[in-house]
Amino acid sequence: MIRVQNLVKNFGDFPAVRDISFEVKEGEIFAFLGPNGAGKTTTIKMLTTLLTPTSGKVELDGLDPTGQQNEARRRFGIVFQDPSVDDELTAYENMDFHGVLYKVPRKLRAERIEWLLKLFELWDRRNDPVKQFSGGMRRRLEIARGLLHTPKILFLDEPTLGLDPQTRNQLWTHVKRLNEEERVTVFLTTHYMEEADRVAHRIAIIDHGRIVAQGTSAELKAQTGAETLEQAFLALTGATIRDEDASNVDRMRAMSRMWRRRT
Amino acid sequence: MNAVYILWLRQLKRYVRSRARMIASLGQPLLFLLALGFGLGPIFQKAGQGNYLQFLAPGVIAMSILFTAVFSGIELIWDRQFGFLKETLVAPVPRLTIMIGRTLGGATVAVLQGLIVVLICLAAGFRPAGVAGLPIALVFMVLVGVMFTALGTAIASLLSDFQGFQLVMNFLVMPIFFLSGALFPLSDAPRPLQWIATVDPLSYGVDGLRGALNGSATHFGTAIDLAVLAAVTAVLVAIGSYLFSKIQL
Repeated sequence: MIRVQNLVKNFGDFPAVRDISFEVKEGEIFAFLGPNGAGKTTTIKMLTTLLTPTSGKVELDGLDPTGQQNEARRRFGIVFQDPSVDDELTAYENMDFHGVLYKVPRKLRAERIEWLLKLFELWDRRNDPVKQFSGGMRRRLEIARGLLHTPKILFLDEPTLGLDPQTRNQLWTHVKRLNEEERVTVFLTTHYMEEADRVAHRIAIIDHGRIVAQGTSAELKAQTGAETLEQAFLALTGATIRDEDASNVDRMRAMSRMWRRRT
Repeated sequence: MNAVYILWLRQLKRYVRSRARMIASLGQPLLFLLALGFGLGPIFQKAGQGNYLQFLAPGVIAMSILFTAVFSGIELIWDRQFGFLKETLVAPVPRLTIMIGRTLGGATVAVLQGLIVVLICLAAGFRPAGVAGLPIALVFMVLVGVMFTALGTAIASLLSDFQGFQLVMNFLVMPIFFLSGALFPLSDAPRPLQWIATVDPLSYGVDGLRGALNGSATHFGTAIDLAVLAAVTAVLVAIGSYLFSKIQL
């Protein structure tokens, strides 16, 4: 379903992704793990047409995301690392907006929105503006939205960041169910090793832009002689802490908080 | 087509729902009308130029459209920072369609804001010369709206955060407004000021709007106003679309 060959991305002199190759089969849940700044999000951006690779080949369901952009875009749904819903619109309007952009016919659109919002337990709140939603509800809405156009692949970039254990647990249950019922191929990244251990069929570990190991959780543990996936992860990527600079987004959030207080 | 509509609808919904912003943005035109219109009115009259409020109103209407339109375009930065832009950019919709939907939405919001200011001007004592000029006035309002939404979008495509926003306001938008002849008659202005006004696209918007609403003689001529505005709008939409299509996240 996803095939990546010798993928490279440089930002100026900095190599963010250096020559990675992997394959994800149809109906598989594939976890992409790595420390901060390892190249996870850059890879997802290249897979989802947001960034053009410096070199290498990507194939989504047999399509090339750089050449057949719009065809490829119809094939996947994505939940980004940072929120991407419109706060001023209601849950239903956010879904409807997505459905129109993806050309889901009106009747089918209404049906699927209802089904997905019910599945993710948001139907009762469908007419509330998203700005009133909690972090967990927003996440659920984003996943529901990503599935609206019946994609073949679902990308989840750290979908459980900042959520409480109950919400995380429920979210993965939904994802597993959809994977089994709709045969959606899932490509996810997370920092919670036990989550990857629980839901993923196969795992790749990326560090400094390179894939350092891939296989099932059991294979990775065996390879490193570790008891848990977390130990295996640390054995493969080392124990040094990677600092990321405060991004523009963090600064903007601080500014918007100040702004809201004033008006 | 549906994509353009839903993008347009989104801008409109956001505008209607943020009443605080709507009311806040009416403060400035109101202040101009009251302070300048009534404050400078007697002097304007003594200088033999007639009713200043009547002269000023079209300028204030154009100003509110200019500010709202640029801001609508700049909102793109907001969408980028809060992630919603990604949602539209990964959708199977050409960038040009997204740009068109956004621009039409922003322009509609700007024209609506302009129409509210028209009502305020009427309340303040402004009287249009007749109904015949109103459709032409609307054409000018739409052109000014589209032109500056496209300009805002073009600028926002180049900026990744709000750091540069003040710079744009103070060194681009404010001069565009103050040097456009919105506040003073261009024909009596010193030569250098007239030259500057000639390269300021808003001058043509204000001039055309004033001619249409007041039934008075225009500085450049209505046909030239229309031609210049249409040409500059086309160029800015093209530049905006190009820069928007180059955005990488």
